[in-house]
Amino acid sequence: MNRIFNMKNIKTAAGVVGLYVVVQLLIMFNILSDYYQITLALICINIILAVSLNLITGFTGQFSLGHAGFMSIGAYSGALITINMTHEYSFFVGIAAGAFFAAVVGLLIGIPTLRLRGDYLAIATLGMGEIIKIIVLNLDFTGGAAGLSGIPQYTNWTWLFIFTAGTVIVIKNFINSSHGRACKSIREDEIASEAMGINTTKYKVLAFVIGAFCAGVAGALYSSYFYFIKPDMFGFLRSIDILVIVVIGGMGSIRGSIISAILLAVVSLYLQDFPEIRMILYSSILVIVMVVREKLKNGKFKFDGLPWKKPDKMRT
Amino acid sequence: MTEFLQQIVNGISLGSIYALIALGYTMVYGIIKLINFAHGDIYMIGAYVGFICITSMGLGFFPALIISMIFCAVLGVIIEKVAYKPLRNSSRISALITAIGISLLLEYVVMFFAKADVKAFPAVLPEKSRELFMGVKITDKQSILLVITIILMVLLQFIVKKTMMGKAMRAVSMDKDAAQLMGINVDRTISFTFILGSSLAGAAGVLVGAFYNSIDPFMGIMPGLKAFVAAVLGGIGIIPGALVGGFSIGVIETLISGYGNSLYKDAVAFAILILVLLIKPSGLFGKNIREKV
Repeated sequence: MNRIFNMKNIKTAAGVVGLYVVVQLLIMFNILSDYYQITLALICINIILAVSLNLITGFTGQFSLGHAGFMSIGAYSGALITINMTHEYSFFVGIAAGAFFAAVVGLLIGIPTLRLRGDYLAIATLGMGEIIKIIVLNLDFTGGAAGLSGIPQYTNWTWLFIFTAGTVIVIKNFINSSHGRACKSIREDEIASEAMGINTTKYKVLAFVIGAFCAGVAGALYSSYFYFIKPDMFGFLRSIDILVIVVIGGMGSIRGSIISAILLAVVSLYLQDFPEIRMILYSSILVIVMVVREKLKNGKFKFDGLPWKKPDKMRT
Repeated sequence: MTEFLQQIVNGISLGSIYALIALGYTMVYGIIKLINFAHGDIYMIGAYVGFICITSMGLGFFPALIISMIFCAVLGVIIEKVAYKPLRNSSRISALITAIGISLLLEYVVMFFAKADVKAFPAVLPEKSRELFMGVKITDKQSILLVITIILMVLLQFIVKKTMMGKAMRAVSMDKDAAQLMGINVDRTISFTFILGSSLAGAAGVLVGAFYNSIDPFMGIMPGLKAFVAAVLGGIGIIPGALVGGFSIGVIETLISGYGNSLYKDAVAFAILILVLLIKPSGLFGKNIREKV
């Protein structure tokens, strides 16, 4: 018990609850307008997506470009259940179903494709995302290209906060467990970790499924907050958006993902009327971060993402 | 039967576009092991350069084709020098993320200047059609497309197989360090590969513009990805493989939209990709290479 209730954890918990209470009060006294509340919801959803993609890409080293596909499965399952089931718990059933279906699809896709390496995996996951989008586009009960509207709005700040904090805690604990260390060893050197007796396929699939599960949760929250979804919302560009957050925050840094999700949401808020400029900025940052990082790597400075990223230390 | 053969003819002319783009992918992958995500966007820029040449400068189709190829070649080399060269020795993921960044950058820069709407490419090619045999028709557009594609491919094959630079390219793709020890200028060889690949993509862009008469900033994403699938299907890094892959994808896609559901035609390419990667990752023409520790 002492390990859980140590000073550091209590401080963190107090900070998390404090943050929740402050924002809740701001909302209650109408200081935060609806406009900012939407940004807040997007930040929470992006944090869930970015942290879960970071588990796959940043910690396990498997490059996935199909994260939006899992999000869309979660969004559609959640939406269909909350529309058709008028029960007071339908919101939770929707989220659970969304996460479950996303995880199942993640498992089915992960087992064959995770045998592939690096860039092949990226293209295969990209293809998977596109296939999911095309299937959703062609099914009858998903509303086709017109999308689904009239989804009951259950998501509010409280639930967004609980799920975001929950995802971050679960993934952080996963990474600090022995499973997480196995995942990191796969990222560092797959062959060496296999030689050390780590079942690499198992851990790659595990990370992939957990990532898909969280993306499903994010999708269900998204559909229930914005009460309207259509297949185009979950295309390739959404996956890239999530990837940009992860890369700018620093691959393999949860804190970085959270900060960059907030930062990029604020940037988007101000550049809302200029979507081209926003994307030009994002893509330039992506290239510059990668090139500068590589140039500094062998030099005097150590640079991984932005300064708040802590380098992973090897544990013995 | 006539309809089937007609679909095959249409498929081959579509496939020649994929083949042209796939060649660029396959050469770049063969030499620096990077999926050049920006390749599809170079093709898009080729279409826009052709559009500007024809509408604003009043040039004919062939001058526009040549100018567009030169412009794309220069652009490809600049991208290689600025973005890919610093990452040559880093992990594949970093290089891939950079390539995605470049791809988005090109798309949105074009969108910024040309706006997102679809532009009508002027009809520069004759619309007539001729009967080949048994009622199977081929339009003049399709024949021009095919002839130009074949000329470019023969030229490419000549450069790769018969010239010193082609020999250097093959050597670098086999073993970069050994090639360097033999006195080959690796940097220049890689730039030359980008020149070849990008100019082919530029040509494909102008051809598609003239063929379908419409261009937009995102036209490069789907054909780019499908061309990549074609390259993987034929065995990535292998030039004849890219040709066969491109034509096969074109034909399969046309048959699917002709006989099945045209809405699923984009999904088919990806399904093929996943199947190829699972059954024979080295592709149709590839050899199995053991991974060394």
